[in-house]
Amino acid sequence: MTAANAHAPTGPTFRARFGRTVPYLLLLPGLLWLVIFYVIPAIQMFTYSISTGTLETGFTMTFSADAYVTAIDRFGKQFLNSIIYGGVATLLTLAIGFPVAYTIAFRGGRYKNLILFLVIAPFFTSFLIRTISWKILLGPEGPLIAPLKHTLHVLPGSFDVLNTPIAQVAGLTYNFLPFMILPLYVALEKIDIRLIEAAEDLYANRAAAFRRVTLPLALPGVFAGSLLTFIPSMGDYINAELLGNPGSRMIGNVIQNRLLVQNDYPVGSALSFMLMAAILVAVAVYARLLGTEQLTG
Amino acid sequence: MADASTLPATVSTAPMAVATQRKGGFRHGLQHRILPVFTTLAIIYLMIPIAVMIVFSFNKPDGKFNYIWNTFSLDGWAHPFDWPGLGEAVQVSLAIAVLSTIIATIIGTMMGLALTRYNFRGRGALNGIIFLPMATPEIVMGASLLTLFVATALPPLAGNVPTLYPTGFLTILIAHVMFNISYVVVTVKARLSGFDRRLEEAAMDLGANEIMTFWKVTFPLILPGIMAAALLAFSLSIDDFVITNFVSGTTNTFPIWVYSIQRNALPVQINVIGSIIFLGAVALVGATTLRSGRAARIR
Repeated sequence: MTAANAHAPTGPTFRARFGRTVPYLLLLPGLLWLVIFYVIPAIQMFTYSISTGTLETGFTMTFSADAYVTAIDRFGKQFLNSIIYGGVATLLTLAIGFPVAYTIAFRGGRYKNLILFLVIAPFFTSFLIRTISWKILLGPEGPLIAPLKHTLHVLPGSFDVLNTPIAQVAGLTYNFLPFMILPLYVALEKIDIRLIEAAEDLYANRAAAFRRVTLPLALPGVFAGSLLTFIPSMGDYINAELLGNPGSRMIGNVIQNRLLVQNDYPVGSALSFMLMAAILVAVAVYARLLGTEQLTG
Repeated sequence: MADASTLPATVSTAPMAVATQRKGGFRHGLQHRILPVFTTLAIIYLMIPIAVMIVFSFNKPDGKFNYIWNTFSLDGWAHPFDWPGLGEAVQVSLAIAVLSTIIATIIGTMMGLALTRYNFRGRGALNGIIFLPMATPEIVMGASLLTLFVATALPPLAGNVPTLYPTGFLTILIAHVMFNISYVVVTVKARLSGFDRRLEEAAMDLGANEIMTFWKVTFPLILPGIMAAALLAFSLSIDDFVITNFVSGTTNTFPIWVYSIQRNALPVQINVIGSIIFLGAVALVGATTLRSGRAARIR
C-alpha cells in the first residue's frame, strides 16, 4: 500500500491499476491472522484428538478413536451438567431479561440510556471478580446470607447455598444476563408500536396482541440472546469452580484439567471438539425449532 | 413471522384514531407497576456484585481471605500493588490490552472497509470466518490455540516454523488480537453502513485524489466507529480470562493472577484494582458519551 501511495497518480489510471487489488490488500492481514490462529488451530486440535502420544514423545496421528471413547465414557456426566446448567441459566436469563428489555424499549422514556448503561456496567469489572463477589455474597456468613440467618431468622443456622449447583446457576445467570438483555432490547426497540395498536384495534386483547405481534417480532432477539448466553455458559468453568462443588463440574473444567494439568492432549482435544460440535447441532436445531433459519444470516 | 409480515397491510386500513384512546383497566395498571418494579429489581441484581466489590475494597479482612466484613480500612487503597507479582501482572495486562487493541483495530478496520465498499469473490466465506470466532466458546478457542502452540515445538512442525511454546507474552498477544479482530470488523462495518458516499465523490470532484479523500473525508467520519471498536477491543482484552489461561504459560495477566491466588488467599487489593478498572471504564465511557452528545448537538 505505502509503496503505491508514494507515486499514486490521480484519477482513473490509479483505479484501473490498483482498484482490483485494493480489497485483497486490505483483507490480507486480517484474513491471514484468522486462518493461522483460528482455522489452523481448529484443524490441529482435531488432529490431536485422533492421535496418540505424550507431550514428551510427541503425538502421532493414528486415527484412533480412543480419545473420544474415553471422553464419552468418563466425562458423560460433566457433559450433561454443561447442557443442564447452561440450559437452565439460559432460560432464567430469558425469563429475567425479556421483561427488562421490554420495559427499556417501551417504557424507558428518558431513562432509556441510563438503564442500558447500568445493564452493561458489569462488563466494566472482570468476569472473575464478579464471580468472586458472588462467592462473598453467598458465603455462609456473607452479607446476603448472614442477616437472613441471624437477624431475620428466616433461614436455619446451618443453611449454606455456596458450593451447590444453585449458586453455580445463579452465577451463570448473572454473568450472562446482559448478553440476553441487549439483543432482546434491539429486537423490541425496532418494533413499530402502531403494529401492536393495530392488533388491539382489531379486537385482540393485550395478551393476544403480545403473543401474535410482539413475540414473533422479538424472536430474532430471543434467538441471538439465547445463543449469546447458552454458548459461553455451556463452556464456562469459573462458576463451577468458584461457586459449585466437585459433583457439579462442567465440561469446561474437564477440558481445562486435561490440557493444562494432565497434559492429556488427545482427550482434551476430543472433548473440545465434541463441545463445539454439540453447540453447532444445538444452534441448528434451535434455528429450525424457531422456524426462522433466515435469522442466522 | 407469518403473522407479522401481513401486519403492515393491516395498519393502513386500521382506524388509527382509536388506537391511543383505549387505556386504563386492571391489566394496564398491573403492567405499569409490575414492569418497572421488576426492572428495578433486575438492575439491583446486576449492580450488587459491583457494590460488593467496591465495599469490600475498604475491608480489613480477618485473615488471608477477604470474604467476611471485618473493619473499615484504607489499607488496600493506600497499597494497591502490595502483593508479590500483582504489579507485574497489571503491567502485562495493560501492555497486552494496548498492543492487541492497536493491532486488531488497524487490521479489523481495513477488513471492515474492504467488506463494505468493494465487491469481490468469497465474501460469504469471509463473513463466515469473521463470525465464527464470536460464536465459538472461548474454551474451545483457548484449547485449540494451545494445541497449535504445542505443535510448533513438536515434530513434524518443530524447526520448520517459529516456535511458540512454551507459551507466554507473545502467545497471549496473538490470541487477544485474534478474538478482537471480529469485534472490530463488526463495529466498524456498522458505522460504515450509514456512510454517504457522495461526500467522497464531492471531494474527488474538487480535485482530491483517492488517498487524500480517504484521510481528509472518509477517515474523520468513521473515526468515532473506530474509537468505539478500539474501546470494545481494549475492554475484551483486559478482562479476558478463559482464552488467556490456556495460552499464558507462566506469564500472569491480572485475571490469571487473581485466579491463581484465590485458592490460597483473597487479598483486598483484588477489589481495589477491580474498582479502579471499573471506575476508570465508567469515567471513560461517560466522557465519550458526553463528548459525542455535545458534538451531535453542535451539528
